[in-house]
Amino acid sequence: MSERFETHEHDVLVVGAGGAGLRAAIEALGQGASVGVVSKSLLGKAHTVMAEGGIAAAMANVDSADGWKPHFRDTMRGGKMLNNWRMAELHAQEAPERVKELEQWGALFDRTEDGRILQRAFGGHTFRRLCHVGDRTGLEMIRTLQDRGVNMGFDVYMECTIVRLLTDGGRCAGALAYWRETGRFVVFKAKSVVMATGGIGKAWPITSNSWEYTGDGMALAYEAGAELMDMEFVQFHPTGMVWPPGVQGILVTEAVRGEGGILRNKAGERFMERYDPKKMELSTRDVVARSIYTEVKEGRGTEHGGAYLDISHKPAEYVKKKLPSMYHQFKELADVDITKGPMEVGPTCHYMMGGIRVEAETAQSSLPGLFAAGEAAAGLHGANRLGGNSLSDLLVFGRRAGLAAAQHAKEVSAPNLDERQIGAGESEALRAFQQQGGENPYAVHRDLQKVMQSLVGIFRTREDMQKALDELAKLQERAAHTSVEGSRMFNPGWHMAIELKSMLTVSEAVTRSALVREESRGAHSRIDFPEPGPEWGKKNNIIWRDGSAMGLRQETLPEMPAELKGILAEDK
Amino acid sequence: MADATLKVFRGTKDGGKDVEFKVPVAPGMVVLDALHYIQGHLAPDLAVRWNCKAGKCGSCSAEVNGRPRLTCKTRMDALPPNEPITVMPLKTFPVIKDLVTDVSWNYKVNKKIPPFTPKAGADWKFYQEDVDRVQEFRKCIECFLCQNVCHVLRDHDKYEQFGGPRFFVRVAGLEMHPMDGASRTKLLKDELGIGLCNITKCCTEVCPEDIHITDNAIIPLKERVVDQFYDPLVWIVRKIRGAAS
Repeated sequence: MSERFETHEHDVLVVGAGGAGLRAAIEALGQGASVGVVSKSLLGKAHTVMAEGGIAAAMANVDSADGWKPHFRDTMRGGKMLNNWRMAELHAQEAPERVKELEQWGALFDRTEDGRILQRAFGGHTFRRLCHVGDRTGLEMIRTLQDRGVNMGFDVYMECTIVRLLTDGGRCAGALAYWRETGRFVVFKAKSVVMATGGIGKAWPITSNSWEYTGDGMALAYEAGAELMDMEFVQFHPTGMVWPPGVQGILVTEAVRGEGGILRNKAGERFMERYDPKKMELSTRDVVARSIYTEVKEGRGTEHGGAYLDISHKPAEYVKKKLPSMYHQFKELADVDITKGPMEVGPTCHYMMGGIRVEAETAQSSLPGLFAAGEAAAGLHGANRLGGNSLSDLLVFGRRAGLAAAQHAKEVSAPNLDERQIGAGESEALRAFQQQGGENPYAVHRDLQKVMQSLVGIFRTREDMQKALDELAKLQERAAHTSVEGSRMFNPGWHMAIELKSMLTVSEAVTRSALVREESRGAHSRIDFPEPGPEWGKKNNIIWRDGSAMGLRQETLPEMPAELKGILAEDK
Repeated sequence: MADATLKVFRGTKDGGKDVEFKVPVAPGMVVLDALHYIQGHLAPDLAVRWNCKAGKCGSCSAEVNGRPRLTCKTRMDALPPNEPITVMPLKTFPVIKDLVTDVSWNYKVNKKIPPFTPKAGADWKFYQEDVDRVQEFRKCIECFLCQNVCHVLRDHDKYEQFGGPRFFVRVAGLEMHPMDGASRTKLLKDELGIGLCNITKCCTEVCPEDIHITDNAIIPLKERVVDQFYDPLVWIVRKIRGAAS
């Protein structure tokens, strides 16, 4: 094997170089582990760069009444109480420390009058809580982490895609990957693997997500025997661009509403008064997305099928200062000057609350040696994520995953690699080259996106989802028979053929989980079951690989301690 | 719907040629959309780098009609109608395949730069006016368009002696950070070769983030180098002090 494949060995292999992966790598390096970071893209291009609004952390720099308890309460309420309470508690308690640390590593946040980190309002947060850098907070975070990691000395394997996790007698042992540039395979042997691969948005056509978001981490973990959880909870961000067609789905940051942006329908009505008169535009994302969708569906949408979002009542200089990339995005891509007139916005597939099931303290999955953090992991956000809680999630649980992965690596012996698993992964990855006259993988992808958009979108019914399962089975068959042309050298058609499998696995998991959850909760809205069901409010859906079929069962949420119940009971 | 003709470079480091593709045009379409159409319908193996498609990641740089641009921000309706649109890889970096180039040199340069080093005893209280200037440099999305147009690299191949505008911007972001205590002027002079820049501002012109690379980063850094290494008064004082000690 060693002759046949380029092989690298690390204590900790981190898959994904976004905020969670980099933070995990930094922590594991700090523990003295040898760390490899594998990334599908170049370093510094991860989806985290697109995070705009800020990092939620109860620093209480602007609103002195804030603290971890209100942050915990907001997160649980936003997640409709389906969150893993321990993760929500750790997240609220540790986020301020993680932000301060980031500042001490060189991140430059916007400042308060008295020289501290400035915080802004955001949907679902009781206090002004989001530490931010204009509307490019994610870029600041990525650069800061990237530079620190590079300086500490991790090995980065850029433009390298994992196709299979390797196991050794029930524990994770490494991964098989290929270099995008050459198409050659590479084997990673590792005592611990951290999945920080982000979400699954590319299974929908209207999405704010980049090409990388194909659910690889979740699908790889599932194939290797780890459990997935809460897969029915897919967040549609209320404000994506809707016009022109080429830009459909590109994110319009929630910071526009955080800074005072107002939503109106075609008739000029401020329609959030009807859906959430208390929080209005700063209601949670699930509520605002459904409200816009309903306005459009009932004939009160804008010319291009969205709602108007207006910030032009604020001084032009203020808008340009606080929302510079939104100003440029609309000016350059839509010919709209947002300091003078409204934007047209509508829901866009944005974030996956579900993912790899992990243990709260260590971020370890049900497969020993496999850890997960950030969007790839489930639990923190429950049925709906609050804006700003993603970047803090990356820092808090990225760090925890890195720490636990390094400790795990100290405790276990080097794994053995199984030649047969590697061989099987290799043949499967190359299948599309060996098949003649099959379909273009991009055609299968387009049809998958149509199925998910029309049948497993914002509003769901039993009938639609049963149909979706039939369609997904046909698509799985088609995906197994695609053909690719050209060589293995940087061949996007081939990459798509491989990623299709991940997208189909997670799409099936989403649909199966959504079909059985006969209630509406957070981001999961059933037309046939419009109300929350008290019994479902106590249960998580768990997905696992049951032979060649997808297993699904319910597990009762862990019991919350009385102290935390007390925090939730306070009416604030 | 009208069709546009794209002439896209197809090939590797060993050579290649422009290949024509006809692509249907939709309102507001950008060049990256056209490249995606080609991948999806005509040539699935066309190699293109991209990530966010929203001007925030800096991955999709190419030379469109001879001009270095982010293809995700280059609208088809802003280009001359009824003429083929040429899309070529960045010239300054070696081609890997089609529009994908080998930009690894940039990552090597980056490693030479000493990291953010907090001043001893910093209290971490500083103000918006302290960060306004530095935040400009930190907007950089590493699209490497500035590196691509810089003649020190593009025409004179000074990869060994020169860092390029991107890394002057990065050094400026560190040097002018209100809490940073390290000095990188010697590095600028000796390893990043800032003296080779003759401030023609080509980099500033192509920056999609509108960073005033030349005026706000390079010139102030050149001044720091001059103050430290070439100021005659300082030089004399140093000589005397050096002799005394």
